[in-house]
Amino acid sequence: MGDSHSAAITVEGLWKIFGPKAQKVLDSEDRHLDPAALREKTGCTAAVRDVGFEVRPGEVFVVMGLSGSGKSTLVRCLTRLIEPSAGEIRIGDEDIGRASPTRLREIRRHQVSMVFQHFGLLPHRKVIDNVAYGLEIQGTPRAARHERAAEILTLVGLDGHADAYPEQLSGGMQQRVGLARALAVDPQVMLFDEPFSALDPLIRRDMQAEVIRLHREVGKTMVFITHDLSEALKLGERIAIMRAGSIVQLGTAEELVGAPADDYVADFVRDVPRSHVLTLRWLCRPPEPGESLDGPELPVSTVIKDAITASSASARPIRVVDGGELAGVVDRVDLLSFLSGQERPVRAGA
Amino acid sequence: MSSATAVGTPSSLGLPRWAATAGAAVVFAAAYLVFRDTATLPHSREAAAPFLAVTELREWIDDNRNDNPLFLYFLNYIRLFVGGLFDAFHTVLYALGWPGITGVMGALGWLAGGRWIAALAVGGVSAFGLLGLWESSVDTLALVAVAVLLSLAVGIPLGVWAGLSGRVRRALTPVLDVMQIMPTFAYLAPLALFFHIGAPAGAIATMIYAIPPAIRITALAVSGVSPTAVEASASLGATGRQTLFKVYLPLARSTMALAVNQTIMMALSMVVIANLISAPGLGGDIIRGLSRAQVGIMLPAGVAVVIMAVMLDRMTMALARRDAHATTSRLDLAGAGLLAVAGLALIPVLPRVWPENLAVNVVAQVNDAVRWAETNWYPVTTFIKDATTRVLLNPLESLLTSAPWWLVALAVLAAAWRVSGLRPALTALACLLAIALLGLWEHSMMTMSTVAVAVLATLAIGLLLGVAAARSPRFSAVQRPVLDAAQTMPAFVYLLPALALFGTTRFTAIFASVIFAVPPVVRLVEDGIRAVPATVVEAAASAGSTPRQLLWKVQLPMARRAILLAANQGIVMTLAMVVIGGLVGAGALGYDVVLGFSQRTDFGMGFVAGIATVLLGVMLDRITQGADRRSSPRKRKFT
Repeated sequence: MGDSHSAAITVEGLWKIFGPKAQKVLDSEDRHLDPAALREKTGCTAAVRDVGFEVRPGEVFVVMGLSGSGKSTLVRCLTRLIEPSAGEIRIGDEDIGRASPTRLREIRRHQVSMVFQHFGLLPHRKVIDNVAYGLEIQGTPRAARHERAAEILTLVGLDGHADAYPEQLSGGMQQRVGLARALAVDPQVMLFDEPFSALDPLIRRDMQAEVIRLHREVGKTMVFITHDLSEALKLGERIAIMRAGSIVQLGTAEELVGAPADDYVADFVRDVPRSHVLTLRWLCRPPEPGESLDGPELPVSTVIKDAITASSASARPIRVVDGGELAGVVDRVDLLSFLSGQERPVRAGA
Repeated sequence: MSSATAVGTPSSLGLPRWAATAGAAVVFAAAYLVFRDTATLPHSREAAAPFLAVTELREWIDDNRNDNPLFLYFLNYIRLFVGGLFDAFHTVLYALGWPGITGVMGALGWLAGGRWIAALAVGGVSAFGLLGLWESSVDTLALVAVAVLLSLAVGIPLGVWAGLSGRVRRALTPVLDVMQIMPTFAYLAPLALFFHIGAPAGAIATMIYAIPPAIRITALAVSGVSPTAVEASASLGATGRQTLFKVYLPLARSTMALAVNQTIMMALSMVVIANLISAPGLGGDIIRGLSRAQVGIMLPAGVAVVIMAVMLDRMTMALARRDAHATTSRLDLAGAGLLAVAGLALIPVLPRVWPENLAVNVVAQVNDAVRWAETNWYPVTTFIKDATTRVLLNPLESLLTSAPWWLVALAVLAAAWRVSGLRPALTALACLLAIALLGLWEHSMMTMSTVAVAVLATLAIGLLLGVAAARSPRFSAVQRPVLDAAQTMPAFVYLLPALALFGTTRFTAIFASVIFAVPPVVRLVEDGIRAVPATVVEAAASAGSTPRQLLWKVQLPMARRAILLAANQGIVMTLAMVVIGGLVGAGALGYDVVLGFSQRTDFGMGFVAGIATVLLGVMLDRITQGADRRSSPRKRKFT
């Protein structure tokens, strides 16, 4: 996919091993042992194992996994909040692994910011001073940083709460402050470490919508860590599924649901309503001879459940088009057999 | 001998667990009957070589204090610096005079906690004058101020460092442990040796005693700061310094105010004892009263110390409890300002020293009241005293002093091994052998028996009250303020009622140490039982447990750790108090220490007795601490 210079984030061969003999383990063949055996033998834990991926500029890239899968360690390695044991990380043109402490601080101040699961707000500061914190440590004068913080508070919908203290706000509002703090420094990349998992389901849905809206408005590159599959499917343009420190599959929501790489991923996505995720690309077939081709026309990226309305309005097969060209057709029988779960496995066109 | 050492290892022959312990007890009893009165180490005041060596060392140091480079270029400068600081405080406080001090303290109180705290401060300062102790109180205040300032200046940076770095914390913890179990008396002789006597030595002694809580609580506060807040700050590119000043310190602020509070409290209780090395202040009156067994002289000074403690405690606690976001209102600022200005303006008008005709002299009345109590309560107090002495104290003391030293050593080894494991047992044994080598065996055994009796009483009372408080919220609500007040009081004050009731005997020290050590024990036991998770209690109750079953089968076993900690604390505190009890007739090690200060020829013995006290403290601590720290399988957590 594209050369490395156009990627916002490039990660190659990233390892993180916790424990007294991390480097020794890394240099030996022990690193390929499974986690339990490794711990038994060396006392070390491999949290991230040989992970590599690229994030495109402006993309929302989701890393999903259960607790202990290494996803939080991974995101912290990106700005070396946790020092990686091995591997390359590039953000933009910057080689993170070789950056000096001063340079690294500059990157954290201006290019990458992070939103945390437990917010990490400073309880002794007012909301506005929390939001302005990043600017304050850069040395921005008080008036300027407050002005900027006030703008951002408006953007995240916290008008009128500038002088409150964090503990006076609800969980959802506190995380909006966290979000505002990360946005205030105008970074190119935003990292989210399970930002909404401490929130109520309803608030969580609001906040997800908020992130989608902000992404549309400010267009930042986002790396989003979550353990919630529906959140991953909702937000992620591409999703990496992690298990025991490694990425087991990386792809779009469609690819994960339509073609899980192994039983683990299949198990994960089993309860996902497939008609809500898969598109017509997965269902369409070449027209059979004599089949009428004057039915309603839909793009290949239409989600299957949205095609049902069109199909019920017309008895003729739906023409599925990909950029003006006919990709195939889908008729009522195809749709019904898919919905009843009997559809044949179909590969997407490359 | 072989049978005796074998008891440490648990039996593997299928016998019940108590069999090994019981067997060991029988073996020890038999050995005692056979070897009784052999290999004892009776006390001799002159014979022991260590005493003479230390006495000579002191003579040499006194002769060479101004020639030896270590003193000339290092120790003497510390002394001069601390002395200068004390003089500065002293001068300022005297220049303020009583109107100035009253005004300033009131203003500080107002800023810290509002007008009620201000009223408390004004009342407290005036009380010093009313009690006729103005000058000693100001001296004590200056000494406490110097000691606290130095403790905080050293302790807070160290504490922050320890809070940030696990390695520093691990290095400091054992040092602080020893500092905290070291009985206060033991500091004094070495300090007198190096820093001579007087205010500087007193301030340094006080500082050594007061610094552990400053370090410990600061470290706790800093390491307790939410790691996410720290990480968030780092993720935004804050430097270490920025994170320290903008995240760690502000978030640790209220807990650190507690560190200041504890440091002041410790300093106040030590500053009195420091009078034994001629530090000025209220301690002088207390020690004079103690040595003459005149409660009338002690009481006003004791009351003044308590008032000072309560005043400073409430002021710093108000600071610690203040709402983090509250800003001082304009009204409060105005009130505080007015008070300070009024006080300062009155300096030229009013006399500096509290006018004597306004002081209340109660010495005679108090002495009369004590005499009345002595004669009228005589049957009761004497009965308690004699019964305890005859039934517990004397038999135990004669047992320990008539047993061969090696048998006692083996018993200590076996007991410590059983309770705490091999390593603490070896440390305990080493301490005991060192005591024997120092030539203070008999006195140490006597002190140990006094401690044992006091600990027994402390634990019995402490457990009873702790359990009662844990089970009855109403009882707890009544008891809490009493415990709070008791823990605010400097240790010395407890000798007062003991002396008034029982005169100068060993039992006086026991009584004083029991009332000194019971409050923390009660609190630890109560908190331990309350900390048992509500779900577990609920589950046991839903299974149909009676309250008694709940207590014995669920709450007490689950609070085991807290109870053992309470026992450990109780023992260490009791030892400290029993040694101080040397001043009121407890004899043995405490008396040796006191004698060392008053008789130049006995300085060596006093010095060595101080060391023996420390060794005894470490030994008792090691015997009991292990049960608390012995690693359980669940504790081996992987990180």
